[in-house]
Parts: sequence; C-alpha cells; structure tokens
Amino acid sequence: MLNYLITRLARASLTLFLILTFSFFILRMTGDPAMLIMSPDAPPEALEAFRKGWGLDAPLWDQYLGFLGNLLQGNFGYSMRDKSPAMALFISRIPATLTLAIPAFFVKLIIGIPAGVMAALYRNSWIDRALISLSIAGHTVPSFVLGLVLVLIFSVSLGWLPSGGDSSLKHIILPVITLSLGGAAVLARFTRSAMLEVMGQPYIRTASAKGLKWHMVVKHHAMPNAAIPTLTVIGFMVGSLIAGAVVVESVFSWPGVGRLLVTSVANRDLAVVQSLLLLVGTTMVCSNLLVDALYGWVDPRVRNSSSQAEK
Amino acid sequence: MKTFKFWRSEINALPLLVLICLTWLVGMVVVAFTADLIAPYAYTKLNLSERLLPPIFFGGNMDHLLGTDELGRDVLSRLLYSIRISLLVAFSSTLISAALGIGMGFLAAHFRGWVEQLVLVLVDFQASMPFMIIALAVLAFFGNTLLLFIALMGFYGWERAARIARGLTIAANEQGYAAAVYDLGASPWRVYLKHILPNIASTLIVSITLTFPEVILLESGLSFLGLGVQPPMTSLGNMVGYGREYLQSAPWILLAPSFFIVVTTFSVSMVGDWLRDRLDPTLN
Repeated sequence: MLNYLITRLARASLTLFLILTFSFFILRMTGDPAMLIMSPDAPPEALEAFRKGWGLDAPLWDQYLGFLGNLLQGNFGYSMRDKSPAMALFISRIPATLTLAIPAFFVKLIIGIPAGVMAALYRNSWIDRALISLSIAGHTVPSFVLGLVLVLIFSVSLGWLPSGGDSSLKHIILPVITLSLGGAAVLARFTRSAMLEVMGQPYIRTASAKGLKWHMVVKHHAMPNAAIPTLTVIGFMVGSLIAGAVVVESVFSWPGVGRLLVTSVANRDLAVVQSLLLLVGTTMVCSNLLVDALYGWVDPRVRNSSSQAEK
Repeated sequence: MKTFKFWRSEINALPLLVLICLTWLVGMVVVAFTADLIAPYAYTKLNLSERLLPPIFFGGNMDHLLGTDELGRDVLSRLLYSIRISLLVAFSSTLISAALGIGMGFLAAHFRGWVEQLVLVLVDFQASMPFMIIALAVLAFFGNTLLLFIALMGFYGWERAARIARGLTIAANEQGYAAAVYDLGASPWRVYLKHILPNIASTLIVSITLTFPEVILLESGLSFLGLGVQPPMTSLGNMVGYGREYLQSAPWILLAPSFFIVVTTFSVSMVGDWLRDRLDPTLN
C-alpha cells in the first residue's frame, strides 16, 4: 500500500511541477507583459519601470527560480491591474464557488448513482432507455444553453426564479441545476456500465445461487465492485469543479472563481490567470491523488499489485 | 470498389435515428460549403430600421425567416455562416488532434524507453488539467486569431488518441505482419502509415468521434464567453453569447444557434455510438 502511494505521489509531484513550469513559461513566452498591460505607445520610461517593478528585466532562469521561491513561500504573485495579491483574490471568490459546487456535487451523486444502478438492474426497460437518452442529452446540451433555457422558462416566462445574482437562497437554484444535470447524466452512464459489467461476473451468479436475497447480492457483491470505475469519474468531477464553474458562473453572473478567471482572461491580468492555473492544477492533481488512494482502500487488488498497475 | 448493392444494404441496415443524424450532418456540411450562396443576406449587413424582428411564425415576415438581431442583421444568414465557422474549427481541430495523438503514440511505441516515458508524462499532464482552463490561459497570454484558436483547439483530446495509438501499435509490432513487412525492407514510415495505421484505424476513429462533438462544445463555450471566435466573424457559440443580452426581448437570436449546437453534437454522438458498436471489437 505504501509503495503504491509513493509512486502515485511521485507522479503527482511531477505533474504539478509540469503545471508550474507550463504556467511560468507560457506567460514569459508571450513576449512582453508590459506592452500588454500598458498601451504600446506608453512612454519608454514607464514601460521600463513596469518591467523593473515586476522583475521582468532579470534573466529568464533567474525569474523562474524567483517564481518557484515565491511559490514556496506562499506568494502567488499580484494582480497586474489593481496590485492586490492573486491568492487573496482567489480565496475571496472560493466561498461563492463552493456555494454552488457543493450542492451541485451532491445533486449529481443523489441523481446519478441511483439512476445508473436502477438502469443496470432493469436493463432494457423503460427506465434504462429513458436514462440513456437523458445521458446523451446531458452530453450534448452545453451548460450555457441549458442555463439560458432554464432562465428563459423559469425567470422570463414564469417569473418564479431570479435570472442571475447571488443575493438570496432562491438565486442558487437555477445555477445548481445547470451545474449538476450534465454531471449527473455522465455519472449515471458510468455507474450503469460499471454495474452491468459486475452483474455479468460469476461471483454474482454464485452469490445468488447460494440463496442470498437479491437485494443483498446487489448491495454487498455488486455495488462495492462497481464503485471503483465510478470513483474515477467522481474524482474527476471534484477536480473539474472550477472548469465547470467557468461557464455557469458567467451565465448567472455569479461572483465565483470561474468568473474571476474569465474576467482576468478578458482583461489579460496575467498574474491572476497564472495563479489560477496553478491553483486549479493543484486541485486537480490532489483530487486525482485522493482518488488513487481511495482505490487502494476500496480495491485490495490495486494496493497489492501496484508494480503491475504501473505498466 | 464496393458495389451500389452493397451500399444499399448498408443503408438499409442503419437504424432510423442514425440515418436521420447522418442526414443532418451531411446537411450541415453542405451548408458550411455553400453558406455564401444560400444565405439571403451578408452576415454583417446591418439594417437599423429592422432591428429585433421576430421569426416568421411569431409575427415576423418573409424577408427574415428567423428574424433579425439587435443590429438588424438577418439571423438566418448569420446562422449559416456560424455553422461554417464552427464546423471549420471543429473539423480542423479534430484533425490536428488526431494527427498529433497518433504521431505521439507511434513515437512512443517505436522508440520506447525515455521517449515513451516523456510522451506518457505529457499525456498525464494534459489529462490532469481541464482543457477549458488551459485554453483560457493560452488565450489570455497569446491573444486570439482564428488560426491560433484552431491550433489551440487542436490540442484537445490528443492524449486520448495518443494512448490508444501507443497501446495498439505496441501490440501490432508484436504481431507477425509488422515484422514481416520490416523484413521485406520497408522503412518505419511505410510500416506505420501503410500497414499498422489501417489495422488500428477503427478504434482510433471511435476515439475521434468522441473528440469531435466535444470540440464543438468547447468552441461554442469559449465563443459564448467572448473568448473564442471574435467578431466580426461569427460562430454558433458567439451568437448565443451576444443573443444572451436580448434573452427577454428577442430569445430567437440565441435559440436558433442553440438548437443547431445541440442537434449537431447529438447527431455526431449518435453516429459515433453506432460506429463504435460496429467497429470496436473490444466492446463485444
């Protein structure tokens, strides 16, 4: 188990390092941030002062090492627009994002997993067919279209719910639905195929042949084994929370991290984008690592055969 | 050459839904190629006296079948051009992504050793970052032109193709036929492109049919945010993004392109699913 975790940890650190380097060099490769932030016809002294101020006149390696050093001290850089620390900006937006993301995550689980299990247990029934159609729809309807259609129905036509903003509990209903439906569909589809695969195994037949009640077979033999592939998807969902929030927060004018990212990109506030890139990458890597650790806990085979699993 | 009769029987064997989806896709491609011939107006033509006209059955007139937008531009014409741009981006990007992925997969399988490890690390990196975030970062730093945008989208999904190509190529190299062609004196290029590629193509095509609709969605999402295709050019997501301001007064501006995004991605997914059932032996 320890071995398994160590290889995973090494891999995660390598990925993290790549993300760091990527986010540093992509910023520096684009030429001169001074030109981007200030207008190109700004006086040369001002440009020079800007470069000095941001340390852009040092050699690239120097800058890179400085950048890594700052990160180690928890300094993620400053917004090039209003000079506030990028990390503080990010943290100030997290609660808003989580207000949407946590309920959406649970809605996904509560809808997705039971729906997938039911569809697999009643394969080819109307439940199954309805679920498959819905999950294809979940794949093909982009979240901004879903969000806008919901606004059109529930805000514009019926007037039941607000179309954007964050001032009351009512405001979170539409964004949460928008965020969760697509994910629930994906989760249901994965759960279904994982369950179907497990249900075809000989040990299920054995379990029911020895006279075990059907719901016991499902609960104790099928579901734990189907949990493994499903975990991967759930882990990915945790990691891609912010990516999902990008579009939905923009649709509903929700002041979260996703919207911060979009406005920073539009304003070309490079330092903020860079630190968001880092932080999102770190979240992704950590949640993948967590899922790997959970794997080892759920599935003893993974834990004991880590050397083979690497191949 | 396959005979006419063969194709007849192939078409008869198609499920109705898949047939409808295929027809839709063919229609979209035709529209993309002929947009400037069939569009009733130029997509940039303003007519400020006819702003926000509703579509024909909702109080509009024959001149503007799908109504007009906030600047009096014909929604139908803009839609046709948007389909052209969106399909252009999606097709080119998917091709780039497939070529990149297959190339990297071949490299990894051919050289093994540290080249393979490097490719795998890159695959890991790409898979561990949500592409939306990478795309946003790159767009922030490099600015945006159509060519750059297509190139950027071309990085979407390459890791999936690379993984598949690598695995299948390693397996193929161990089979007799590749070794036989090598022994006949063929160059690696010839072996990979003329012998191995056709043999592993079916699984790769399946992965490409997964990438294609996702690229359409990604493109429309970014354009919706105003960070993808830039005006005066227009794309489906772009139309939805600008139409959003008129959600209350003129919902048709965004509903028309939304409908086309959904039906097109749906069609590609259905055709892709069907192809997967036909082509991918590992699923049987």
